[in-house]
Amino acid sequence: MSYTQLAIVAVVCAVLFDLLVARTQLLKRRVFWTSYAIILSFQLLTNWWLTSRNIVMYNPATIVGLRIASAPIEDLLFGFALVLGVLTNWMRIGALEKRRQQL
Amino acid sequence: MIAFTVVGSFWLEIFLKVRVLARIKRALQAIWPIASIFIIWDAYAIKSSHWRFDKAQVLGIYGPFGIPLEEYLFFFFVPIAAIMTIEAVRTVKKDWPL
Repeated sequence: MSYTQLAIVAVVCAVLFDLLVARTQLLKRRVFWTSYAIILSFQLLTNWWLTSRNIVMYNPATIVGLRIASAPIEDLLFGFALVLGVLTNWMRIGALEKRRQQL
Repeated sequence: MIAFTVVGSFWLEIFLKVRVLARIKRALQAIWPIASIFIIWDAYAIKSSHWRFDKAQVLGIYGPFGIPLEEYLFFFFVPIAAIMTIEAVRTVKKDWPL
């Protein structure tokens, strides 16, 4: 699979994890989108640093070629899936711990 | 880049008292399953030449699957920074629904 295809699969998995598996419903909450906006602005900075200096280089055959802040657009999907996945899991474990304390 | 991420987020632990490092066990529990999936992806991407790293600009220390040490650190510090960010937003916006 290409980077583009894998990035889309990752986003779909992260969305399903949040909405249907863990049911944390972060995607419906203002607190998530505000946090993501902050994280995204820093991601664009670090992406630009890592790609404009050629610290990381991408094979043109595996990306669509559209770039934002010098990095492939796929990186934004990669970052979104990573952030949503981790935050969903963080909230899921937090809710579990809370429930356990109440028992 | 990792230092920048640490500087950009760890002050929240001190000034906003987000207590993520104080809850490091929960943070590690949250991070490792997700990070593992992304490391498998990273290994596949390196093997399939989706991306590569400039040998002159990495430390030259490689972990399992030929992944540079920096990548492993990335998959710890970026999630930690993300958790600190959402906890900071929750701290500042206490009235927002969870």
